[in-house]
Amino acid sequence: MENEVKHHLDTVHEAFNEKKISRREFVKYLGMAGAAAGLVGGPFGAVRNAFASKSITFHGWGGTVAEAFRNHAFDPYLTASGVNVVSAAFTGMDAFLTQVKASIPPGGEFNLAHLSAVFDYARYNDLGFGVELDEAKIPNLAKVMPKMLDTLRDISKGTLSAVPYDLGQTGIAYNTNMISKEKAEELGAALLWDKTLKGKISSWGADFRTNIWYAALYTGQDPNNIKDLNAVWNALKQQRKLVKKYWESGAELMSLLANGDIYATTAYSGRVATLQKQGHPIAYMAVPNTYSWMEYIYVLKGTDLEVAQSLLNFMLEPSCSIAVAEAQGYPSSLDPTKVPMPESVQQLPAYDPTGKLDGFLFADPAYWNGHQVEWAEKWDRVRAG
Amino acid sequence: MTNGKSWKPWALLSPSLSAVFLLLVIPVCFVVVYSFWLRAPSGGDIPAFQWGNYAKFFADFFYPSLLIRTIRVALETVVLCLVMGYVPAYFFYRTESRFKPVLMILIMLPFWISFIIRTLSWINILGDSGLINHLLLKAGLISSPFSMLYNEGAVLMGLLQYLLPFMILNIYVSLDGIDKSLTEAATSLGCTEWQAFREVTLPLSLPGVSAGCLLVFVLTCGTYLPPMILGGPGNDMIANLIFKRIIGTLDWPFGSAISTLLLGLLGVIVYTYNRYLGINQIFKSLR
Repeated sequence: MENEVKHHLDTVHEAFNEKKISRREFVKYLGMAGAAAGLVGGPFGAVRNAFASKSITFHGWGGTVAEAFRNHAFDPYLTASGVNVVSAAFTGMDAFLTQVKASIPPGGEFNLAHLSAVFDYARYNDLGFGVELDEAKIPNLAKVMPKMLDTLRDISKGTLSAVPYDLGQTGIAYNTNMISKEKAEELGAALLWDKTLKGKISSWGADFRTNIWYAALYTGQDPNNIKDLNAVWNALKQQRKLVKKYWESGAELMSLLANGDIYATTAYSGRVATLQKQGHPIAYMAVPNTYSWMEYIYVLKGTDLEVAQSLLNFMLEPSCSIAVAEAQGYPSSLDPTKVPMPESVQQLPAYDPTGKLDGFLFADPAYWNGHQVEWAEKWDRVRAG
Repeated sequence: MTNGKSWKPWALLSPSLSAVFLLLVIPVCFVVVYSFWLRAPSGGDIPAFQWGNYAKFFADFFYPSLLIRTIRVALETVVLCLVMGYVPAYFFYRTESRFKPVLMILIMLPFWISFIIRTLSWINILGDSGLINHLLLKAGLISSPFSMLYNEGAVLMGLLQYLLPFMILNIYVSLDGIDKSLTEAATSLGCTEWQAFREVTLPLSLPGVSAGCLLVFVLTCGTYLPPMILGGPGNDMIANLIFKRIIGTLDWPFGSAISTLLLGLLGVIVYTYNRYLGINQIFKSLR
């Protein structure tokens, strides 16, 4: 019944778009169909679903990343398929997860999300928001780096709720007018604890993981297996005295670096690439065991899988994926040994020509999610002084 | 049999009461209920009735200290808004200028722009490469940028630009209700201008001052954007903590407990205010 109503509404909507029926008639049919369908579905559910096959929602990062997706993936997909991708920017992964959790039914109002970090893939799956994608309907998955696919499959018991889309790192950015390359490379992670930079250091304040990760590196420990936690907290307390401001978003990070308010900080690799493109004197440094993450397009429960899988396959076409990578500043998830990458992508921070990602250290989902509440609360205390 | 008059006020009030009930009372009840629940390891919620979230708040001085800081910053904001708001409100009351309506619109003008944009704009004014530092450096008055952002002063500045119009308008409404002939009578009976203000105008404007102070105080306690955007590492307020617990760690039960405590504290403050100043005084200013 619901599908039938959806079909009729699509037909009416199409007729209205083609000016075959008047606005008044369209509204009349919409009202009648909506009322009828409302009897078999939730309130407004039928009207929303009526448009489902012609549009799909996508939540992702804002700014340059959103522009990259709009210009190189969504608009071309609309031309190719007639399906509109309605995109919106979220302020962060945590805020988005809260929105999804608060929706009724949870996840039902959202379709696709551009998420970062494997631990979030685990969180979404643990909360029951995932789907099982039909990989046969996304043939371009064969071009994706196997390690990225396996990492997600390991969490969702051999299936996929998302397709890996790009790679990134939270490395160290520094102002080259104020800090020499030699000094930065000599100090490595210790650059973020350099007392001569007091009042000019920053870090991602909203994320306890980034700060603990770099404190672990600074104290000579494995970030995925920290043995001396007190040393980490002490290092963060020391660092706090040097910090001018903890940034809360990629846009704020770019503003602080571009305006010269800070000289050294943890930073998203893609945002640094964008700053470099804009001509700012900012360098990026990936120290050994730099905090790496892979981004993926997560499909939330309740989404029209046919449309989602078609869009994901389109986005994994080399021409689309490479164009997005160039524009957003993050290397594509496509395996460079299978899909030749242009020079512009090869120059991006976090690019791995081998496609094996051997040198990349990702956050262990079980380890980090297991300590989330305890460490996040402790981090708040340290941060507040 | 009831007479027709008894149900009419309720019928007229029912849209407002329904809105308050649906949009305020029920959500607050949800928050209170959530505060007794538990957070599941996955970030989900487990229904329960236990006081652990409240005990956690008081077990560590870090959390109450944020509440104390919030109260202190709110009081500082009230004082600043009062000092800076009374003068323009008094000017609007006294002036006979034909530009008075334009000046009043200027007070309202900031509300036409998003609060986030207004707050962010301070970065371009106070930042190391902002307007003030740029001018000072250009004029040769300083050799390196003067640090004005990411401290409590910047947070107060952000709060002031957000809340000052509320104070000015509340005081102005109160002043506007004062019959100007009263001050004229006082001066004709031998008072100086200052005495007439102190003995007549100021006491009669106190309901507006009370309303403005309460409004500014309550709004400051619940705001989190200025500390987040303009504050430094040690300038978080209680609303920032609630944001982090609800959004950052998906710990809705603990976030709800902090919200309930804040609500309770503000309730006590408003009750005390009512007891000693009379909440009806505030409504007088709105007449």
